[in-house]
Amino acid sequence: MIGNEGPGPRTVVRFAGDSGDGIQVLGGEFAKAVAMEHHDLLTLPDFPAEIRAPAGSTFGVSAFQIQFGGDGVLTPGDEADVLFAFNPAALKTNLDTLKRGGVIVVDTDAFSPRNLKRAGYAVNPLEDGSLSEYRLMSMAITHLTAEAVAPTGVGRKQAGRAKNFWSLGLSLWLFGGDRAPTIQWIESKFSSMPDVVASNVAALNAGHAYGETMELDAGDAALGVNAELHHGVFRTITGTDAMGLGLAAVAALSGLKLTYSSYPITPASALLHFLASLKGRGIVTFQAEDEVAAITAAIGTSYAGGLGVTASAGPGLSLKTEALGLAVAVELPLLVIDVQRAGPSTGMPTKPEQADLNLALYGRHGEAPLPVLAPATPSECFRIMIEAARIATTYMTPVIVLSDAYIANAAEPWELPDTDALPPIAPAFRSDPAGFEPFTRDPETLARPWAKPGTPALAHRIGGLERADGSGNISYDPENHQRMTDLRAEKIARVAEQGLEHEIDSGATSGDLLVIGWGSTYGAIEDAVSGLTRAGFSVGHLHLRQIWPLPANLGAILARFGNVAVAEMNRGQLARLIRSEFLVDARSITQTSGQPFKVGTIEAALRDLLDGLPRPRSQIG
Amino acid sequence: MNQVIKLTPKDFETDQEVRWCPGCGDYAILKSMRKTLSEVGRNPDDVVVVSGIGCAARLPYYLETYGFHSIHGRAPSLATGIKLANPELDVWVVGGDGDFLAIGGNHLTHILRRNVDVNLILFNNAVYGLTKGQFSPTSIPGTRSPSTPDGSVDPPVNPATLALGGNGSFVARTADTLQDHLPEVLLRAHAFVGAAFVEVLQNCIVYNDNAFGDLTSKRHRAENTVIVRHGEPMLFGADNDRGLIYEPVRGEFRVTGNASEASLHDETNWALAAALARVNDPDLPTPLGVFYCAPREDFVSAREDLIPYTPLSPGDLKDLLYTDSWRA
Ligand SMILES: Cc1ncc(C[n+]2csc(CCOP(=O)(O)OP(=O)(O)O)c2C)c(N)n1
Ligand code: SF4
Ligand SMILES: [Mg+2]
Repeated sequence: MIGNEGPGPRTVVRFAGDSGDGIQVLGGEFAKAVAMEHHDLLTLPDFPAEIRAPAGSTFGVSAFQIQFGGDGVLTPGDEADVLFAFNPAALKTNLDTLKRGGVIVVDTDAFSPRNLKRAGYAVNPLEDGSLSEYRLMSMAITHLTAEAVAPTGVGRKQAGRAKNFWSLGLSLWLFGGDRAPTIQWIESKFSSMPDVVASNVAALNAGHAYGETMELDAGDAALGVNAELHHGVFRTITGTDAMGLGLAAVAALSGLKLTYSSYPITPASALLHFLASLKGRGIVTFQAEDEVAAITAAIGTSYAGGLGVTASAGPGLSLKTEALGLAVAVELPLLVIDVQRAGPSTGMPTKPEQADLNLALYGRHGEAPLPVLAPATPSECFRIMIEAARIATTYMTPVIVLSDAYIANAAEPWELPDTDALPPIAPAFRSDPAGFEPFTRDPETLARPWAKPGTPALAHRIGGLERADGSGNISYDPENHQRMTDLRAEKIARVAEQGLEHEIDSGATSGDLLVIGWGSTYGAIEDAVSGLTRAGFSVGHLHLRQIWPLPANLGAILARFGNVAVAEMNRGQLARLIRSEFLVDARSITQTSGQPFKVGTIEAALRDLLDGLPRPRSQIG
Repeated sequence: MNQVIKLTPKDFETDQEVRWCPGCGDYAILKSMRKTLSEVGRNPDDVVVVSGIGCAARLPYYLETYGFHSIHGRAPSLATGIKLANPELDVWVVGGDGDFLAIGGNHLTHILRRNVDVNLILFNNAVYGLTKGQFSPTSIPGTRSPSTPDGSVDPPVNPATLALGGNGSFVARTADTLQDHLPEVLLRAHAFVGAAFVEVLQNCIVYNDNAFGDLTSKRHRAENTVIVRHGEPMLFGADNDRGLIYEPVRGEFRVTGNASEASLHDETNWALAAALARVNDPDLPTPLGVFYCAPREDFVSAREDLIPYTPLSPGDLKDLLYTDSWRA
């Protein structure tokens, strides 16, 4: 956490090139090396939607941004200090992400007349003085790589592919980083192709040697500050992988057989791929014919005594709504993940947005309340999945977890938890036939019994027609429907009593302005609030991980502040919920550009709010 | 789980009052289901009956087994999830022609091609009973219904043909009133490991009475239907004195008055099965029976063989988490 002193020095590096240039591998390996130098970091890939866009086109540019430095790196950075542009299209589309005076590293070989024309440059920007505001580092990366790998005897194609390792070598020289882990990775990844190993390693070393011989330096951007990561075991983790590992943890902690059934959709498919790679350990993956089949198969699994899990993006969650109502009605546990992307309709499939909150909260016919959780950071996906499974099995209810394209793809160092200290999940299967009725309730949680088929003497029928309180028989009785509707709502309300604890994440614990966020806006709000706190404003940040039911103490927290603002990537969906639940004049800070909030954007919006406050502010610090 | 238990159809009655219209063909199917379940030797606690929505889909409430009355059209995928969680369960999926072929047509074809080990019983009354009589995907063109007062236009789907085309491995047809044949086919379906698809022609006395009367009535049955059995000649008529000769080139049949000339049914012959399924000719009897039965590995077993499910121990979890980690 950042104190009042402010963050230590940080560096933002952005790699941009053709989608065939291996930018994501370069970024990922660079992040690993940087992490091992004990820097805190956060990375965000920015890939094109097209699978194989024509080489050199602006829409085929793939980018990867990393911020690293001392403790408390919470965003990929508002602007880059150093931009690697591997071709003119990459320069063209990424220059506005670079700060003034920043460093540009370019591969001059790629600035051919043809590529310049493809990128829409009439004249070569490396030569016309248009980059004079920046520090330009030009080098013939393609040639230098070809020379370096020539002794390994690989063909031109492989030589071309090794460019990203050359650039990684150079980056490790510029920012300081060990090549050994990358070499190990290359050796294991290409173990069946010794010439590929040799050429990639040669390129890596050559890039590093080039920086050393030419005495290149990244100036202010090169930093030697380490994060004060306390002792522990870490790994870099994306939200997708943390979510997958969270589900694996659910399997291990509960002993339940998980069925993960889904239909491919960006950006949720990566989770299906991750879980499929576990090869049946704890989790069975099932690629269904559509999202309706995916969720109903998951419901079937939970009915039969496993735990059904399904994930999608907004278009898929839309298809699942009818079945979600069934899960609410028959009161079975179920985990439903929505990796949100910009909508409506197909929208911008690779870009983040938080506009499915209303769908998650209200997107069912009838009164069909269910818990909604949202991880704030990539690594937090792990514990949120465990919490979601705990709630689902304790209260016999479907739970929606809202992630987004940013959380799913961003990576950060994660201090691995002690697996022995994880909270157990103890599903209580009913086996005693004495007095069994499928819709009697636990007096505390209001959960109905989980009686799985195959259990002797518990045969019973459930379904979507209203069930009589207790017996579960079909009932059209008005009083029964009123009672069951109330019971279903009360059951979900009770989740708050034992739910996730919420307190101010940072900044003032009471005072002028409370900023509320949820999901992937965490880092940007956190940084904005700490900037304002340093500037003497009385601002606190509260980040909701449990959006429904709202945390039991939320009203009390709100009461400690004079004003409330909600920052979210939609048109004010959580703000409206807070307004309607607490009758407070929550102001809305919103953005729906398909881009994560910049720290500066939130800070400016909050400053405007603070400046307009009716009463004098209490200055602190 | 495989112990033999002595049961009677009565053991499968529930305390719920059966709410179908008097005279509905669903009663006869329910009766056959109870009879079949009492004979298959499975413990009722290991039986699950899953349905979607419709008159037919009410059936689980009337069977003393585990039952799940779900949402319209989705019973096949729900059943798939049940089998993935517990392959030992004996799973039946029941539904109407709207449920299986309109809203749920997608799931039906996928459960068939995957060959999930369940029994799929289609109650085909060629009408939407529960929603008061609109025409359905199996209604014949010209069907007058509340939504088609001038008669329907859409050509129908032939369920057995669809199932065969969808790579179904067991496809059969029978009818509600055939209280000898219906249980025989249900027993065959139950014995089959894989997705067993049974079309039951069912009378909706209220909205589509007698839709199959020419086939199922005592008077016409012998003339208008031919019951095919594997390895036996395809004979029909009151005295079984006529037969069908299969013309494989065109996939058609002709009638012979000489029973000894009749072709033998071969339920492993897909082309013959497809030819039987699509017979729709006033001069030919309508085929009933097991058209096709070609066992192949069922979905969940095939999955298990390739990627066996293993519970994840806390130690395994630790290994998973700690890959690619470093110590600070
Ligand atoms: C999503 C959805 N759409 C429509 C309905 C209304 N509906 C219920 S049953 C049914 C059709 C029933 O026809 P069929 O499946 O042939 O069953 P039958 O009643 O004839 O046995 C329809 C349209 C529904 N319950 N759910
Ligand atoms: S409407 Fe038709 S199908 Fe439905 S119960 Fe009545 S007779 Fe049977
Ligand atoms: Mg029908």
